Amino acid sequence: MLQIEKLTKKYPTGDLALTAVDLEIPEGQVLALIGPSGAGKSTLIRCINRLVEPTSGTVTLKGENITTLGSGGLRAARRKMGMIFQEYALVERLTVMENVLSGRLGYVGFWRSFLRKYPQSDIDEAFRLLDRVGLLHMADKRADELSGGQRQRVGIARALIQDPDLLLVDEPTASLDPKTSRQIMRLICELCKERGLAAIINIHDVALAQMFVQRVVGLKLGKLQFDGSPDQLTPDVLTSIYGEEDWEATIEKVDEEDA
Amino acid sequence: MPVSENSTGLKVWQIRDRNQTLKRWFGYLLAVAAFMWCWKQISDVTTWYFVWDAPRIAADIGSRAMPPRWDYMGELWVPIWDTLNIATLGTLLALIMAVPVAFLAASNTTPSKTFVRPVALFIIVSTRSINSLIWALLLVSIIGPGVAAGLVAIAIRSIGFCAKLLYEAIEEIDVKQVEAITATGASRWQVMVYGIIPQILPSFAGITVFRWDINIRESTVLGLVGAGGIGLQLSSSLNVLAWPQVTLILLVILVAVVLGEWVSAKVRGAII
Repeated sequence: MLQIEKLTKKYPTGDLALTAVDLEIPEGQVLALIGPSGAGKSTLIRCINRLVEPTSGTVTLKGENITTLGSGGLRAARRKMGMIFQEYALVERLTVMENVLSGRLGYVGFWRSFLRKYPQSDIDEAFRLLDRVGLLHMADKRADELSGGQRQRVGIARALIQDPDLLLVDEPTASLDPKTSRQIMRLICELCKERGLAAIINIHDVALAQMFVQRVVGLKLGKLQFDGSPDQLTPDVLTSIYGEEDWEATIEKVDEEDA
Repeated sequence: MPVSENSTGLKVWQIRDRNQTLKRWFGYLLAVAAFMWCWKQISDVTTWYFVWDAPRIAADIGSRAMPPRWDYMGELWVPIWDTLNIATLGTLLALIMAVPVAFLAASNTTPSKTFVRPVALFIIVSTRSINSLIWALLLVSIIGPGVAAGLVAIAIRSIGFCAKLLYEAIEEIDVKQVEAITATGASRWQVMVYGIIPQILPSFAGITVFRWDINIRESTVLGLVGAGGIGLQLSSSLNVLAWPQVTLILLVILVAVVLGEWVSAKVRGAII
């Protein structure tokens, strides 16, 4: 469903963030992207919806080449890619409901969105999603009154109301406690399954990734280093991605949790 | 540098070593010397007779100025109302012009950094650099004496101030919120309304009441050059040496300014 071919990003400073990355994601697959800080995980995700312009290479979503789209076409393509952020990136001073509905901005006109006159179908869907993520009672609260886990749930609802084909998820659990992290990861993966969505999840926590996803891709210095199932992540593989370290504890923990 | 060892081998830490301390004291010495020299220059060109005379003159004027001429108040209601209107409408007019200028000047929202931004920055600097009294002086000769000249003078003087503070607020917004809105497929204007405006609204409100507060003070003197408001009465009372009237006018200005501060403090407290 999503094909990435020879994707390269060179920043104006000369840093090569991505070097000819090839990746193909079938319908409904949830993929974890792991790798050390600065490996280009965030850049890769942002090159897909062109928040960062790739230098060369192509991204094709459902047969449409995204890299060559003009601004109108790009906006239409972005509607089909929901994005979930580290630190949530909610508009802090707007209400939970406004934040969720902002996911529909690509579908409604300027004045409707300015006056907050969203179609009833969007409002119904917003309530349904808030109920699904367990925040129906918070609809009228301002986003900055919520806790970290609650904010990320709003972020998930905002991404899903776009009715996307693909979720781009950037470090969803980086600022959450271990329990909330798991709940959020579980929620994202469940929702992907329910709706048959594909997802790319950038994640630091290897153990957490192994618990929830079907496929793991390792990125190192902008190059693909590993592509396989979670149980193929051996200490050797982790060393090849991250460098020398004692990995036994990381992997053992997963085994215990699975048992 | 500040770490050294004494004779017993102990490590001693001081915030500055001896040379730095000496340099510092030499700097202080220079500053004091410069101050004393300037003092001497000013003192040489002062006519000390007038200065020694000052307390007597002040007491004389003070005694003539007291008590204030309360019945003059009847003639002040309209001018003070004009003054408040000049301040309020001038602030509004300034904001209408300052908001677009601020968006054009902020480096993250400007359409062009090489062409548009310098123009916007020039507008900000040029309107800010001239005092409202001087703007009023110019405008009185252009559009004639009266409230209109004062209003426009206040508005022009405020554009730069408001636009500068506002564009700094725009440049300090959290880019992730803007990124998130962009990622939904929102248009440029939708990104502005959802991603940027909510973030700068508190600063906008703060800047507005702050400038309004300043404008009340500035508009009280505009009448001195014929641009309407209570300054006109002040100037004519001063010209005929009607000291009791001057006292009353100063009292009225004081009350207006205090009220303005009180209102702006309340508004700021409510919004932020």
